[in-house]
Amino acid sequence: MPLRKDIKKVLVIGSGPIVIGQAAEFDYAGTQACRALKQEGLEVVLVNSNPATIMTDKAMADKIYIEPLTLDVIKRIIRIEKPDSLLSTLGGQTGLTLSMQLAEEGFLDANNVKLLGADPLTIHKAEDRQAFKDTMEKIGEPCIPSKVVETIEDSVEFAKVIGYPVIVRPAFTLGGTGGGIAKNEEELRDIAKNGLRLSPITQILVEKCISGWKEIEFEVIRDSKDNCITVCSMENFDPVGVHTGDSIVIAPAVTLTDREYQMLRTAAINIIRELKVEGGCNCQFALHPESYQYSVIEVNPRVSRSSALASKATGYPIAKVAAKIAIGYTLDEIINQVTGKTYACFEPALDYVVVKFPKWAFDKFVYAKRTLGTQMKATGEVMAIGTSFEQAMMKAVRSIELGVDSMNLKKLEKLSDEELMKKLEEVDDERSFQVYEALKRGVTVEKLHEITMIDEWFLNKLLNMVNLEKWLADGELTEEKYLTAKNYGYLDSTIERMSGQKCPMHKQAVYKMVDTCAGEFKAETPYFYSTFDEENEAKQFIERTDKGRKKVIVFGSGPIRIGQGIEFDYCSVHCVWTLKELGYEAVICNNNPETVSTDFDTGDRLYFDPLTKEDVESIIATEQPYGVVVQFGGQTAIKLVKHLSDMGVRILGTQADSVDAAEDRERFDEILEKCGIPRPQGHTVMTTEEAVAAAEDLGYPVLMRPSYVLGGQNMIIAHSEKDIVEYMEIITRTMIENPVLIDKYMMGTEVEVDAICDGKDFLIPGIMEHIERAGVHSGDSISVYPAQTLSERIKNTIVDYTKKLALELKVVGLVNIQYVVYNHEVYVIEVNPRSSRTVPYISKVTGIPMVDIATKLMFGATLKELGYESGLYPVADYVAVKVPVFSFEKLHDVDTMLGPEMKSTGECLGIAHTFEDALLKGLVAAGFDLKKEGGVFITVRDTDKQEIIAIADKFSQMGFELYATAGTAGVLNRNMIATNHVNRVSEPEPNAINLLESGKIHYVISTSEKGRLPARDSVKMRRKSVERSICSLTAIDTARALANVLQTGRTIDDVELIDITKI
Amino acid sequence: MALFNKSEKAYILLADGTVLTGQSFGAKGTVIGEVVFTTGMTGYQETLTDPSYYGQIVVQTFPLIGNYGVNREDYESTKSYVSGYIVREWCNAPSNFRCEGNIDDFLKEQNIIGIHSIDTRSLTRKIREYGVMNGAITTEDVFAKKDELLKLIKAYTIKDAVHTVTVPEKCEYKAENSKYKVVLIDLGYKRNIREELLKRGCDVVVVPDRTTAEEIKAIAPDGIMLSNGPGDPSENTEVIKNVAEIAKLGIPIFGICMGHQIMALAHGAKTEKLKYGHRGANQPVIDLALDKTFVTTQNHGYAVLNDSVDTSIAEVSHINANDKTCEGVRYKNEKAFTVQFHPEAHGGPLDTSYLFDEFVQLMEEK
Repeated sequence: MPLRKDIKKVLVIGSGPIVIGQAAEFDYAGTQACRALKQEGLEVVLVNSNPATIMTDKAMADKIYIEPLTLDVIKRIIRIEKPDSLLSTLGGQTGLTLSMQLAEEGFLDANNVKLLGADPLTIHKAEDRQAFKDTMEKIGEPCIPSKVVETIEDSVEFAKVIGYPVIVRPAFTLGGTGGGIAKNEEELRDIAKNGLRLSPITQILVEKCISGWKEIEFEVIRDSKDNCITVCSMENFDPVGVHTGDSIVIAPAVTLTDREYQMLRTAAINIIRELKVEGGCNCQFALHPESYQYSVIEVNPRVSRSSALASKATGYPIAKVAAKIAIGYTLDEIINQVTGKTYACFEPALDYVVVKFPKWAFDKFVYAKRTLGTQMKATGEVMAIGTSFEQAMMKAVRSIELGVDSMNLKKLEKLSDEELMKKLEEVDDERSFQVYEALKRGVTVEKLHEITMIDEWFLNKLLNMVNLEKWLADGELTEEKYLTAKNYGYLDSTIERMSGQKCPMHKQAVYKMVDTCAGEFKAETPYFYSTFDEENEAKQFIERTDKGRKKVIVFGSGPIRIGQGIEFDYCSVHCVWTLKELGYEAVICNNNPETVSTDFDTGDRLYFDPLTKEDVESIIATEQPYGVVVQFGGQTAIKLVKHLSDMGVRILGTQADSVDAAEDRERFDEILEKCGIPRPQGHTVMTTEEAVAAAEDLGYPVLMRPSYVLGGQNMIIAHSEKDIVEYMEIITRTMIENPVLIDKYMMGTEVEVDAICDGKDFLIPGIMEHIERAGVHSGDSISVYPAQTLSERIKNTIVDYTKKLALELKVVGLVNIQYVVYNHEVYVIEVNPRSSRTVPYISKVTGIPMVDIATKLMFGATLKELGYESGLYPVADYVAVKVPVFSFEKLHDVDTMLGPEMKSTGECLGIAHTFEDALLKGLVAAGFDLKKEGGVFITVRDTDKQEIIAIADKFSQMGFELYATAGTAGVLNRNMIATNHVNRVSEPEPNAINLLESGKIHYVISTSEKGRLPARDSVKMRRKSVERSICSLTAIDTARALANVLQTGRTIDDVELIDITKI
Repeated sequence: MALFNKSEKAYILLADGTVLTGQSFGAKGTVIGEVVFTTGMTGYQETLTDPSYYGQIVVQTFPLIGNYGVNREDYESTKSYVSGYIVREWCNAPSNFRCEGNIDDFLKEQNIIGIHSIDTRSLTRKIREYGVMNGAITTEDVFAKKDELLKLIKAYTIKDAVHTVTVPEKCEYKAENSKYKVVLIDLGYKRNIREELLKRGCDVVVVPDRTTAEEIKAIAPDGIMLSNGPGDPSENTEVIKNVAEIAKLGIPIFGICMGHQIMALAHGAKTEKLKYGHRGANQPVIDLALDKTFVTTQNHGYAVLNDSVDTSIAEVSHINANDKTCEGVRYKNEKAFTVQFHPEAHGGPLDTSYLFDEFVQLMEEK
């Protein structure tokens, strides 16, 4: 059936801010869907609170609302826009849950809106635990013995029947939030309690634990004619027990015979047919390793993280096809874009293997509990394609940016055998490396299988790598050895290090095409991966399609992690679009399967490979580009600049020397001196002794960070020598070889500027001011555009400094500068001659296409020619407030206290005519439940006690009941603010923990001198707040801003919704 | 490239003179055959034991072969019929609960010459561009006697394929709850065709390819199954002649692959050789009556020409969604239908096994 005639205007709900379990994959899916809908001539209305996405770009939809994803807001948008349809399955769990609520309430029917993608019954059958079980039973698909319960007692009762261990899975939570494995009743009570609270419908599933079974996934698509196909199978390296988002995954499944494979494939098809999903669906199975016995673990009746992976792994555009099915097309009508001749109704055949490797944030959260379980913890992932598992694995491990180029992890080498074996029994993020270390030490595959239940196939492959490395280290490095190692995916530099010898030759990588059909049909997909064969399909492709255009390579930003998120993908994609518009051939290199940049039709060509010097060299050799762009791919891309420049490759825009000048302390100081710009005093140190001396010279508190910074990685404020010693110990442990910077910490207002410079003139689209004072990482601060409190003199100074720095650093393109305003003086904190986290949002609010302009400047255009005056751009009609979003509930033992180290995973934007309204929107979008009554629990450090008085007073006047620990309560009561005294966590009960558990508290304001260590009182208290979903404010400024918003008396319903395409 | 599979060199010589160097696995020696590729990602064992591959050197496009080893249970016939086997990498440490050995040992035992460490994608693209090509695998010095070998390669044709692989004499298999009796005319049948029939309560009498209508009539079956098989269908003139008579018996007939082609030829249609055939587990086939597409498993180098089907006696019931070639024929005045693809799967999707139910249905109606 072709396009349904009754569909003209479609509302698409995005997935909101990036959190663990719901990341960039939904920007990719949403973008594909919006494009597919627009191609059909449909009017698309989009709502998403995440400003860093490409889907919220003007090119993607006709009407765009960057508004909170709440039921009321969506209803208002539906009333304003009057769409005839709502697409429910492309905005992750968030979009699906909202759609379902709207349908169930009857709101959609009442407003004549059709639900596309899945009907409420389908969603109910797939997502409600009991309904799902009943449905599976009906079609004879086995489920794990389980029971849906709504009380802790019932869960304990059922566990007695099926026996421990049991798994607890809360209904309707993201990435399995609140779930866990309980080995005994005590643990079960704990987990069940938490799970029940986190489930929006207070429901958990208690099921028999089948840890150790193989975990296999299928991506299935079905259309209205009941045509069904499976796009891809995937097998987890880690058996059942580790969330699939936290597991290394290989596609296609490799340890299944055709019997087992077809058994599960048929099951997946039976399931999607019974659920009547029209579109994409993900089926997860547990397969007993020693029999045909299997169980259905979970079904997601929507596009998911796995479907993004499957799309990239096969070249089959699942989201696009799902969107077309939703509007009426059938699989046999949709052309397979890859071949241009065949249809979407087929199953891709792979002639390579794909390895997905998760990216965790434990390098930032040194005290976080690293164990993996049913709750996902990874923030992002990389994918690698190879002709063997070893090759793909080596590529993946390079792409993940852990500072390693093989499976050898230095810190594990130091462990004793006993320590290592003990670690293997706990499952954490380093398990694959631990297994590797154990294999190196001669532990047998059988033994490791027994401990970890990882399939022997994977273990033997790792053993192959161990043996190869031994072979390399043993005797002369022959050509045979070298070529074998290359085929195994080893870099020349790795081979040289392991063998201690120079490589006897150099083999350049060649490229093969991802074509969905294993070469059966001629394809023109410009999607390539490297191998070490002879035939170079990329080269053939380039020659065949040569139109005489100049080629430009854009390097992407790798995996999504804290500090380097989806914003950089936004920038990379925009750069590519502009390059195409300018008539260049735009080539993308990236390794993140969740992103728009790695969609094969975003650029003219896509190389899906690691972004290391050597990997990139081969791409350059094949492409012979006119130039390369590194300033949009975050630190991942900018790190390549020196090497590329040394290779003689033309760097477009700001040159390598400028990057070095901004990062090299001494050179940067010279520039500042020359320009007469002050910065907080500081020193560069290498050892703990030097650090202590430097801090004493500067005077505490001091700010400490490594010289190469990514998202404030490992940055702290040290108040004492003890802090410095602790810090230096951590930083040397995580093998950072660069010097450490120590600066005087200035507690002022933080201001951020993104500027565009053509070498002569400069443009500042806007100045952003942070609500939290310096000391809280800029990525974790609430950022306000335009600046609200700065005087004209200060603004002028900032403009002046920005100009001087941009010109002196010879910036061509984007530059991001962070300032601190302290005692009415402006100081520079940091200059990054590249794009930044704030570029997408400032572009959207000011209407200045920053990346597009920057790209044009790289090719010699001037700001004047493009119609921009030099200087600060006039202020927009709107105030925009960017509010960070955290994933603390997924990361146990992480202190939620904000500091110089970035902790947020995503962000939301509030746009309104006034600051208060914009902030209100931003907070609501970020998930703050802005209740106007209840209890406020306050416990602040001594230095904040004076400031908290006024804030507490505001809450008190609004009628909130105040509670505080002794010190804070004393100060407040002395200042005539009635406050209840509460015992600290370490004091006898009833104490703060009991209070938080009582449900009386709605807001917590907590600051402490020191944090991080999970054992501290304040950290425990803040963790408890997270677990109880209590709004927790850990900076005095955030608390004040929140109080101000509450005081306006306005709610989200009072604030106008804004279609940003009209800005 | 498997490190610990290093062994002596082996070579592929193609009819166009191309020499590819790899390493030997399986048996040693020299073998000539028709080089074809299959895109199935699982089911290499089923491929190796499918009699339809008789005379062919099979290239696996999936790079990792032998991951789950080999086991007796998954054989589709009693032995391997491929002439030679080309893979990128074979797995010397297979893993599966049913694994009984590795693929190298299997090939050695079956005396099949294999070669690994070949860029199978490059080879596949070559076959795709030039069409099916003859070639050889050799563990001897290919350069020493290249011209001589090339002559043999060019002269090579698969002859008497069906008659070579068929059973020498009738054999019977009893179903557990037998309701029907089916004669399975063995043109090179895959074991699972028999299994699917037995599962549905059909006793199966497997008969040699050239069994006559008279002989079948004597067995008095409820249905006749024409199996898959290797080679050029049109060379089986005697079988075609017999089938023309068998069709007149009024007994329900179900044909698969070669059986489909033979049946069409017996009804005056024509077959032609496809450029590089359909081999894999992902071929989309449209059932024209249902207007639905099914993912099927296929292995054939010849196809029935759509426009050669006499529309007064038969109609094309299925077509390939990609190249629109004939995938099935339904006979108007006979209780007979045939398909080009493999509803018995093994390897490949089980989505069209309902066709066996339809066959049983036909027998029931009778």
